Amino acid sequence: MWDYTPKVKDHFLNPRNVGDIPDADAVGEVGSLACGDALKLYLKLDDNKEKIVDAKFQTFGCASAIASSSALTEMVKGKTLDEALAVSNQDIAEFLGGLPEEKMHCSVMGQEALEVAIFKYRGLEVPDHDAEHDHGHAYPDYEGTLVCKCFGITDTFLKKVIADNHLTTSEQVTNFTKAGGACGSCIPKIKELIAEVLGQAKEAAAKPKLSNLKKMQLVQEVLERDIRPMLRADGGDLELIDIDGDHVQIAFRKACAGCASSGNTAKFVEMKLRELVYDGLRVQEV
Amino acid sequence: MKEIYLDNNATTKVDEAVFEEMKPYFCELYGNPSSMHYFGGQVQSKTTEARKRVADLLGASPDEIIFTACGTESDNTAIRSALEVLPDRRHIITSRVEHPAVLTQCRNLTAKGYRVTEIGVDSAGRLDMDEYKKAIDDDTAIVSFMWANNETGVIFPVEEAAAIAKANGAQFHTDAVQAVGKIPINMAASKIDMLSLSGHKLHAPKGIGALYVRKGTPFRPLMVGGHQEKSRRAGTENAAAIIALGKACQLAGEFMEAENTTVKAKCERLEKALLAAIPHARVNGGGADRLPNTTSIAFEFVEGEAILLLLSELGICASSGSACTSGSLEPSHVLRAMGVPFTCAHGSIRFSLSRYSTDSEIDAVIKELPPIIARLRQMSPFGREFLK
Repeated sequence: MWDYTPKVKDHFLNPRNVGDIPDADAVGEVGSLACGDALKLYLKLDDNKEKIVDAKFQTFGCASAIASSSALTEMVKGKTLDEALAVSNQDIAEFLGGLPEEKMHCSVMGQEALEVAIFKYRGLEVPDHDAEHDHGHAYPDYEGTLVCKCFGITDTFLKKVIADNHLTTSEQVTNFTKAGGACGSCIPKIKELIAEVLGQAKEAAAKPKLSNLKKMQLVQEVLERDIRPMLRADGGDLELIDIDGDHVQIAFRKACAGCASSGNTAKFVEMKLRELVYDGLRVQEV
Repeated sequence: MKEIYLDNNATTKVDEAVFEEMKPYFCELYGNPSSMHYFGGQVQSKTTEARKRVADLLGASPDEIIFTACGTESDNTAIRSALEVLPDRRHIITSRVEHPAVLTQCRNLTAKGYRVTEIGVDSAGRLDMDEYKKAIDDDTAIVSFMWANNETGVIFPVEEAAAIAKANGAQFHTDAVQAVGKIPINMAASKIDMLSLSGHKLHAPKGIGALYVRKGTPFRPLMVGGHQEKSRRAGTENAAAIIALGKACQLAGEFMEAENTTVKAKCERLEKALLAAIPHARVNGGGADRLPNTTSIAFEFVEGEAILLLLSELGICASSGSACTSGSLEPSHVLRAMGVPFTCAHGSIRFSLSRYSTDSEIDAVIKELPPIIARLRQMSPFGREFLK
């Protein structure tokens, strides 16, 4: 049996927001029957067409695909389209208290459907795609060379997922995107892509060191923009106490204070800060 | 919550009588059956009795039975042995729907220069005998076809296939792990050289299996060391489990008629009721000769893992050919070999009964499954128009 978290089980057994919105402003559809999972996401905007006031989904797939879809709809409600676009697959997994690595592709599918919906709404052209296999190349940003023929996945999409999730092995790439999971003939190519992305990551890490002032500014910015809204959505919060060199001291507030999984949350905060500010940062809970 | 266990092709409950039979051989009668003293000797007399009981179920003679640790070991031993005793032959024939215990081993052997032909099946899961007849030649060392398929229960014509193998000078092995104890087997009137069985599929514990090797069939052991099993399988005998397997085989013989009447009737009732209650459902292997206890049903537009977990919430244990349950990303190789459309393969559920399955358990599944399928279909973006 998969080791699903209580939150995954809850969102699978009692999925939120199942169904459709007949007058939806934005609809995003990814996956197919052949792939084994598919998600159709409906978004309804407020009168100013800024905020998402309602979200519903229809999903064909396993327990974690259903739970990821349910989580996604809960997460985007109340967000502006730009805020919603910032939701990453890690955010979805994190919301659910984590997913087994073999199931991470379910969170990627959720994030993908969200992007497709918003891109389409904004009038960015979505090309007709292969009706059977349409993970990853459903919209123009991810056009590129087809790498995995079995699941129809392009190099552009793979590089994005590899970079976003800091993947280092082809097994991880399969778990996150399914690429390489059927015939396996594209695994050498996937390894090349990982090497390419890692090469770029090294270059990025070698960038000149941030000044202390700049570092503090960026940390505050990321906390305000990317982290606190998410915690608040769950009834929690955090406060920045101090920044001492590379050590960022935070304190959890409200529901996060004393929460059994605050250690995971701290790790998540660290991951986000490292990703968006500087790789050497450490988060300490005080 | 009392479990409703309908996953007997995965493993079975150890029969209470089997457990009673093996119990004294842990703390009290713990001697080594190979020892010279009386204390080991009393164990040996029980393992001798067990060997006879296993042989009786198969219509074999006791010295044709080699105890192993599991079905997989029996399969590996048989194939390796054939290749060693026929070193000039470099061709292996098996089927596309074998258990990984056979299929993985055959595929690995291609790296050692062996040619492997995997014979296909038709949409009902029946072996393509014409393809087999064309594939076999005087280079074929071993043919290994399963007696019955674990996922669909489809029965292969192994006797006919064995006769063809023998006519070509090849050895014939069958993985009968799912067949033994469920359908009558008589090796005395057979051309099969080797047959694998597994204890935990017929109400003996896990960790015990056997390999039948016909008298006169050239054989090389996989495990070497001591003289146990007449030097055909070295390693101290797992005496308690061997004694358990003997008892389980004796009981399987006694329940054989029930398996093919009452168990079969329950399985058929389940299948018919589910097909009647749930539209867009079909039986995998429905047109073929099948085991009395197995039914694999494909439900369109829904995914197997979700079905299994919702059943599991109600205590109902079944199995799926879906990709998501196994950690792989493609549906089962068996269903794909049969050409079952992906739309159905992802939503395939297998129920496998045993003599312990009750009518009320079958009633529970007939009651609970249709709303589960309806609920998931309501959630699915596919087939909503179909199902209106």
